[in-house]
Amino acid sequence: MQKTIEGLVTPFVAIVIALLIGAVVMLVTGNNPVTAYGALFSGAFGSTVNMSNTLANAIPLILSGLGVAIGFKAGLFNIGAEGQYWIGSMAAVWIGYSVQGLPPILHISLCIIVGMLAAGLWAGIIPGLAKAFVGAHEVITTMMMSYIAIFLSHYMLENGPMMQAGFTPQSPVILPSATLGKIVERTQLSWGLAIALVACVVVYWLLYKTTLGYRLRAVGLNARAASYAGINVPFHLVLALFISGMLAGLAGAVQMLGVQHRLYDSFSSGYGFTAIVVALLANNNPFGVILASIFFASLSTGGQSMQLVSGVPAHLTDVISGIIIFLVATKDIVQMVQKRWRKRQPLAPVKEA
Amino acid sequence: MLWDALMRPDLWAATLAMATPIALPALGGTFSERSGVVNIAMEGIMLIGAFFGVLFSYYTNSAWLGLLGALLMGALISALFAYVTVTLGADQVVVGMGVNIFAAGLTAFMLNTIFGYGGTPRETPALPNITIPGLSDIPFVGPVLGSQNIVVYLMLALVVASHYFLFHTNLGLRIRAVGENPQAADTAGLNVPGLRYLGVIIGGMFSSLGGVYLALGLLNSFEINMSGGRGYIALAAMIFGKWTPFGSLGAALMFGFAMALSMILQGGGVSSNIIQMLPYALTILALTGLVGRSTAPAADGIPYNPNK
Repeated sequence: MQKTIEGLVTPFVAIVIALLIGAVVMLVTGNNPVTAYGALFSGAFGSTVNMSNTLANAIPLILSGLGVAIGFKAGLFNIGAEGQYWIGSMAAVWIGYSVQGLPPILHISLCIIVGMLAAGLWAGIIPGLAKAFVGAHEVITTMMMSYIAIFLSHYMLENGPMMQAGFTPQSPVILPSATLGKIVERTQLSWGLAIALVACVVVYWLLYKTTLGYRLRAVGLNARAASYAGINVPFHLVLALFISGMLAGLAGAVQMLGVQHRLYDSFSSGYGFTAIVVALLANNNPFGVILASIFFASLSTGGQSMQLVSGVPAHLTDVISGIIIFLVATKDIVQMVQKRWRKRQPLAPVKEA
Repeated sequence: MLWDALMRPDLWAATLAMATPIALPALGGTFSERSGVVNIAMEGIMLIGAFFGVLFSYYTNSAWLGLLGALLMGALISALFAYVTVTLGADQVVVGMGVNIFAAGLTAFMLNTIFGYGGTPRETPALPNITIPGLSDIPFVGPVLGSQNIVVYLMLALVVASHYFLFHTNLGLRIRAVGENPQAADTAGLNVPGLRYLGVIIGGMFSSLGGVYLALGLLNSFEINMSGGRGYIALAAMIFGKWTPFGSLGAALMFGFAMALSMILQGGGVSSNIIQMLPYALTILALTGLVGRSTAPAADGIPYNPNK
């Protein structure tokens, strides 16, 4: 319990400092921070519709964030979640419109499983094997695979095998039997939320309650020591990237079945990159990932109404995200602030980290 | 079809023009990583360069002052990056990611705050294209090399100068020493953090120049996220070029060629998207040792702590 609270303090302090810097920027540019943050908050949580859309935005972040987090736990920086998201989306949509005559439960499961497997293999085979056997750095290989995935989706949609008849580069719409139902009608919030929450529990269980999870974490903490202890390090590195890719693929599949229902020709969903920030802010804790995802999702949904109501450009929320990464990466700064703050409260019990 | 395309001088002129905004940040990354600091922040630093280039150019009414201002801002953000990673020892990849997100947000926010939502003014002074007398008259070579933006020529000169600096001067040797073995360099009396700051800041100025080329050389305006992933491509070019200036240029030309070819072949038999995948696939092959092994500087990415 104590440890959980300690784990929450650093991200919380980082968020507060970043929001304060954002407020200073608003004051300098002649805006009222109270009005702007008020608009941001009500845009994100002020009504059932807004709240539903914030939670809907959080779903792909939770799932791909879990993927990045599990990579970090095994000592791997999977920066290519974006590409794995695209592979998962492509595979799920393809099954979603081409396989006919299945009952919904089977059709949805099939889309999700194929999406996850495709993305898992995308991350596991080339970056995984390259890391495990020749030590090629996964930051570069997953990033390169990400670009290849995005060009592959362009290829599929621009006069390619997945293009719908006509002139618009987009796929056909998935069949009704592959569509995830909505939790709240006329919003983007689908039952994908339940899938995301279950995934958090599964990842937590996998990491902390199974031998496999213990081994993955051991490899992440010290690969050499893990190897001396008899753990097959190359195998676990490949497996970690495979699982990480599967989760990013699940994010894509759920987004397709629950929200988009077809694949559009675009360059980036952005989810795969925000997933990295989510995992960092959550300190790779599966339940922290939920909170961090809701936070970043609220910045993006609330940012739009902040711009409409107060005139502060929505891009300020990206500045805030960037500052949060700086602060979380530089724990020293946050800890310095925490120490100063504690000194002013001599009665609070001081516990050395 | 392909042969016809290869014989067109405009393909090769476009290759050079498209390679420039990749070669410059790749050169920047080379300086940073040779000093031992992994730098994935080129994408963000390019945006800083592009935006402040336009901002200073517009307000001073001089593209050259715009260039100078952009280089200063590139140096400033790099100094911040160096402070957090070298002095405070934070994770270099994570902070680099932070710089990219921060820079994308900051430039978009400032664009909307200063210039509104309609984009930057059209009357912003741009950097000139120049025509080299004599060279431009030679058949085939002339249209390719003889008439390009001034930053293209600057880039070619900087590649040569960087090679000389890194491999034939004392200071260059010191920067590389710090990236290979900081303990030994420290014992030999070198200032490890100082040299790493130098590598990161010079690198940042190159990346910033890449952004200036996009904004003031090619387009004459700033657009949100206009670097369009070139900073990440530069990372691949740097690795494919084995962390050397000439290698980075060669790899950047390869990426530029793939882009130019896919543009020219638009609507042709081979899908342009497939052509554009190739350089990325080649980079992975280079990393795995199948196409000439690329090895990073030995201490690349490891913060130096003299007490350890």
